[in-house]
Amino acid sequence: MTSRKSVLVLGGSSDIGRAAARAFAKAGYDVGLAGRDVAALDPDAADLRTRYSVEVGVYRFDVLDTAAFEGFVGSLPTLPDVVISIVGLLGTQESAQSDLAHATTIMRSNYEGPSLILGLFAEKFLGRGSGTLVGVSSVAGDRGRASNYVYGSAKAGFSGFLSGLRARASRGGVHVVTVKPGFVRTKMTEGMKLIGPLTVEAPVVGDAILRAVENKTDVVYVSGKWRLVMLIIKTLPEAVFKKLKF
Amino acid sequence: MTLVSGWGRFPVVDTDLLRPRSFEAVGDAVADVTGSVARGNGRAYGDAAIGAARTVGMTGFDRIRSFDPATGRIRLEAGVLLADLIDTFGPRGFLPFVVPGTRFVSVGGAIASDVHGKNHHCEGGFGRYLDSILLRTGEGETIEVSREQNSDAFFATVGGMGLTGVILEATIRLRPVETGWIRERVISASDLDAAMRALDAGDTATYSVAWIDCAARGRSLGRSLIYLGEHANKDELADGADAFPVGKDPGLSVPIDMPSMTLNRYSIRAFNELYYRMGARRAGGSHVVSLYPYFFPLDSLSDWNRIYGKRGFLQHQCVIPEAGARAVLGDILERVARRGDASFLAVLKKLGQGDGLMSFPLPGYTLALDFPVNGDILDFLDEIDRLVVAAGGRLYLAKDARQSRTTFEAGYPALRRFNAIRKSLDPNGNIRSKLSQRLFDEV
Repeated sequence: MTSRKSVLVLGGSSDIGRAAARAFAKAGYDVGLAGRDVAALDPDAADLRTRYSVEVGVYRFDVLDTAAFEGFVGSLPTLPDVVISIVGLLGTQESAQSDLAHATTIMRSNYEGPSLILGLFAEKFLGRGSGTLVGVSSVAGDRGRASNYVYGSAKAGFSGFLSGLRARASRGGVHVVTVKPGFVRTKMTEGMKLIGPLTVEAPVVGDAILRAVENKTDVVYVSGKWRLVMLIIKTLPEAVFKKLKF
Repeated sequence: MTLVSGWGRFPVVDTDLLRPRSFEAVGDAVADVTGSVARGNGRAYGDAAIGAARTVGMTGFDRIRSFDPATGRIRLEAGVLLADLIDTFGPRGFLPFVVPGTRFVSVGGAIASDVHGKNHHCEGGFGRYLDSILLRTGEGETIEVSREQNSDAFFATVGGMGLTGVILEATIRLRPVETGWIRERVISASDLDAAMRALDAGDTATYSVAWIDCAARGRSLGRSLIYLGEHANKDELADGADAFPVGKDPGLSVPIDMPSMTLNRYSIRAFNELYYRMGARRAGGSHVVSLYPYFFPLDSLSDWNRIYGKRGFLQHQCVIPEAGARAVLGDILERVARRGDASFLAVLKKLGQGDGLMSFPLPGYTLALDFPVNGDILDFLDEIDRLVVAAGGRLYLAKDARQSRTTFEAGYPALRRFNAIRKSLDPNGNIRSKLSQRLFDEV
């Protein structure tokens, strides 16, 4: 048994997941990495142990397999202090418009799965009276756009879930953080045209998540510029917005 | 396609830039096209890390696999930066044996260039502390190479500019240190003879390097400041000082490309005068400095390459064998001083024997100069190259963007053997960079 704090990262092999795990391990947290492909997580676990001399566990977790969620939470050796959900799927808007299966997968990966799993941890945390839940949502959830509204609407749902959960959980000593990273150079955005000044690297997001947890921030736009950009986009009248090529 | 250049920002080349996430994906990236090369953190100055058709970015592979504090041996992926190693293992009492002038190079890049540091004259280059490499050949094989196993491939990969295959992982040895501080002694030398004497006398110092004022002429030609250094022990630190200094992220940065007017013979001369005088005032006694300013003076100014403006700059780094070095170095410095637009500061240091087949170092003196890209600079550098070749010297491939095939072939007699090893690892010639196309591949 250690007296160190612990963090569980759902989506541990993603670029942001790896960066968040490093930021927390560097700060002295023991780490759990969870993802679909456990073998792919092993090198990252070895990396964290070697660099920071913390304990690292690796767990199988599939965000679409909601039936297994309760078993997953029950099987963890300890209830972590912090749970971060980084799981998500950008998908392809164009296919999602006609391919219902693809649209469903996007919706479930970004809204249903992340909300249900964090909701389950929330119950455990409330029972204990402490803990922090972090949901990585997206600025794309702030307003539906012609170019990615299937993904965006699922993120909007997730942001809404986190907002309500925060209001309820805060009364029980549990904190909920919503992270809206904006453009991040990751495998998800590979090949996309990103706007340079609005784009950050994954480690910047990892550090921002750690800061938000330690400072008990509610909603984090990783780059402050995004808060302004999204404020403008959210306040545009629908009549104007629908004519914009955006 | 993406426009990519080296640190000197010349040349700028359109290439298919990929960032694979798994070793299998690296293999696919190399297999699909003819003419690819790996790229680390883009600190090579010219066209060494740009593929003929495709460039495979490796910085995502930054996991450390294992570390043995008893031996200092560490196994890591090739994209780990030396900066990352220093920050992670420095406080635990370990540093890389060899670091170049910037800590923002990847381990893969350091192997491929067999980088040298201020200790090459007595401790050799990066390759000397390398035990083995996991190499993905152009033929699609993943092989472990070391001094004992596939030794031809090992010695061709050390200093081989990424042309034997993609370096995926490596095992290197770290140096145990008591502190992250260096005991430094500064010597001022009033001319080139004095500078070379001081470097010779510094042969027994672990670290030695000279900063030459290359605007000085006449009797002051080659005047310089020589910096000698040793690792400091704990009892040499001021009371209360941490054994390991904090490495700050670069605080200042150059936000825009400077107009080319900023650098001219007057501003350079004024800067060098000031630098020399300030350094000369510190000469004599010894004092303890943090490893960061000692090893990486330019890292504190991020994007310093923008000082040279949009057209970029060329670095010219040659090594001249010891015999006859004085005359050739004097001749080069005289021409540079007459020209007037050379770098703020030139660097002169002694090198020992290189380890790899294509490693740059040979016993002698190396001189590094920066020049903004303008007017007749290419012709001027060709003129300098002729002096280098005549003296039996060569140019550093990690910094080169423009030398001719003739200059290159004269300087690297192991080229035929190197190409034969490449051929056996990669019979179809899948691995090719802009540099190899420019200097030695059949077109």
